[in-house]
Amino acid sequence: MFKNEEMEINLGPQHPSTHGVLRVKLRLDGETVTHCEPIIGYLHRGVEKICEDKTFFQGQVWTDRMDYVAAISNNLGWAESIEKLFGIEVPRRARYIRTMLTELNRISSHLLWLGTHALDIGAMTVFLYAFREREQILDLFEAFCGARLTTTAFRIGGLREDLPPGFLKQAQAFQDRFLACVDEYETLLTENRIWKKRTVGVAPISAEDCIAYGVTGPVLRAAGVAFDIRKAFPYAAYDEMEFDVPTATAADTYARYQVRVEEMRQSHRIVQQCIDKLPEGPVMAKLPKVLKSEVGEVYHAIEAPKGELGYYLVGEKGSGNPYRFHVRAPSFVNLQALPKMTEGKLLADVIAAIGTLDVVLGEVDR
Amino acid sequence: METLASLLHTSPATAWMAVKVLMAFGLIMGIAPPLTWAERRGSAMIQDRIGPNRAALFGKIRILGLVQALADGVKFFFKEDLVPPHANKRLFWLAPLLAFVPAMLGFAVIPMGRSFLSGGTEYHLSLLDPGNGMGMLFPMAVGAMAVYGILVAAWSSNNKWAILGGMRASAQMVSYEVGLSLAVIAIFMVTGGYDPHEIVKAQQGTFLGVLPNWYVFRQPFGFLVFFVCMFAEANRLPFDFAEGESEIVAGFHIEYGSMKFALIGLAEYGHILGASALITTMYLGGWGIPFVADHGQIPVIVTFLVFLTKVIALCLVFIWVRWTLPRFRYDQLMNLGWKKLLPISMANLLYFAYRMRG
Repeated sequence: MFKNEEMEINLGPQHPSTHGVLRVKLRLDGETVTHCEPIIGYLHRGVEKICEDKTFFQGQVWTDRMDYVAAISNNLGWAESIEKLFGIEVPRRARYIRTMLTELNRISSHLLWLGTHALDIGAMTVFLYAFREREQILDLFEAFCGARLTTTAFRIGGLREDLPPGFLKQAQAFQDRFLACVDEYETLLTENRIWKKRTVGVAPISAEDCIAYGVTGPVLRAAGVAFDIRKAFPYAAYDEMEFDVPTATAADTYARYQVRVEEMRQSHRIVQQCIDKLPEGPVMAKLPKVLKSEVGEVYHAIEAPKGELGYYLVGEKGSGNPYRFHVRAPSFVNLQALPKMTEGKLLADVIAAIGTLDVVLGEVDR
Repeated sequence: METLASLLHTSPATAWMAVKVLMAFGLIMGIAPPLTWAERRGSAMIQDRIGPNRAALFGKIRILGLVQALADGVKFFFKEDLVPPHANKRLFWLAPLLAFVPAMLGFAVIPMGRSFLSGGTEYHLSLLDPGNGMGMLFPMAVGAMAVYGILVAAWSSNNKWAILGGMRASAQMVSYEVGLSLAVIAIFMVTGGYDPHEIVKAQQGTFLGVLPNWYVFRQPFGFLVFFVCMFAEANRLPFDFAEGESEIVAGFHIEYGSMKFALIGLAEYGHILGASALITTMYLGGWGIPFVADHGQIPVIVTFLVFLTKVIALCLVFIWVRWTLPRFRYDQLMNLGWKKLLPISMANLLYFAYRMRG
């Protein structure tokens, strides 16, 4: 154990900065990390297997519990992959509302990331500012579907109900103050010398490595690859939205910070377009009472806040539940890059790296 | 003073000593708990929260949540005092004291107000009278002792996170102490002595006609170095590596609970107070009122209040910084210490040495 004077230490599963029950086995030479091994599975509930025993309608409830800070994104992926499997056309109004809620969810997920990431690096105040705005978004979710975190927001074929009265006004109130809030976070961090010292050049991963590991989302975009599924393979109503895909080239923690902050602004822009251009019409497609699938398989990916969230579903003839269900969870795939990003660096950088990867253990373990 | 002494049947010197001990000790113990309250309420204000305001005496008296400090103390007393079985018991007991005592000792030489004459004897508002031969070197020396408390706590806990915290504390300590000392030497040099009373007197009057004659204006770079190092010495964010809550959990005091934990916490506030008092004395004119050259006619109590005001204002700066800035990485403090602070304070020293030539 103490060969070469190295110390083996378990970072987690109970640790304030591992964002859940991630355990990272570290071998330290002084404080330099010589070996880093993420150990996962502490939150494994068998979501994929459970969903194979649930009907297509029921399965969505389980997707809430994967990336629990971005439940609506998960709901969207589930609903859309089943709609793809059955060839269901979703009404335009429903697609707009879905887009709006998903983007609000992206903002709330990024806010949580920003708060906890800053907290890990020692800037404690940003956390509460970020949560103040996140609270407002959760209030919107509550107004829409009654739940704040595990939303089960959508139904296969559209939405259960239309927006409640006053929702758009409430959403607009959020929209009106949010950009100033982003500026406020930026005044605390962006040009802060200590923040820059702790993030610039820390936990780098090149575009080649990202692609080799399958890393997606803001981490990939911060390495200079402008890959965003919302642009590359538009779903929901993204083909009708105008937005930019922010990228950076530095591929370090600071670049990822910049990308995510800019993504919040872009999401704000999309939400505004959804509010302004919200079409009239039904919110639910005509569906049979029971969905019986044909033999077939479908892979549907969406751009979740963490990266490419893919649902793979296999249908069985005459069955009301999926024969096989698999999730390509961005947190799981991104987490693989942790050793690459941290080996040879300092312990404090491991904390920064876990924060910048923005993993949610519910999604890693499923 | 004579009346007090005769009432207590002691010599004036003994009575005065008792008053001073009460003052120095009472100042720390009296300010530290409200300081924890100020920290919590202050951070709440900074973070757009409300902060503790529920604790109440007899269900009525809240005093803006100040009772919370009392409630915390009572809670710590009633907690189970657990010594982990894998710890070195004696050292584990000793470490909180090693952390706490140096934090208190630093106050011994700080003058808290104007010296005054009474019955032909001169009384000084510092625990140790001037001319004790230690002067400002004493708080520097005992302040540096505090690292032993951290090291012993870390080592005796027999915990890997604690060891990391202890290692950080010792590494950090070496890197800022040198710059700190050089900054202080420049002051001693200009003052012509290292007695705190002389340093305070040297800062009375005005500088360039518009500023108080404080060393903060006369030696701004020295002040910068000293100020930064005081944050490191008090183990506060942005230099709280030994604790490093989000990195090494709680670092050196991870295994501590109950009153021992409270002592370590009090030591932190003691260090903040000590650092504030040092900065006040060295750079902000001590008990001196700005622009006033002769304090002969000013009541002693006023000078004491001036001192207290400056110290508390600085404590609030410590709190403000903690809730605003992120944490450095511990190797970055070493870089900062050796590559930035040391050259700055060296240049500062050489500049004033050059100005004082022949």
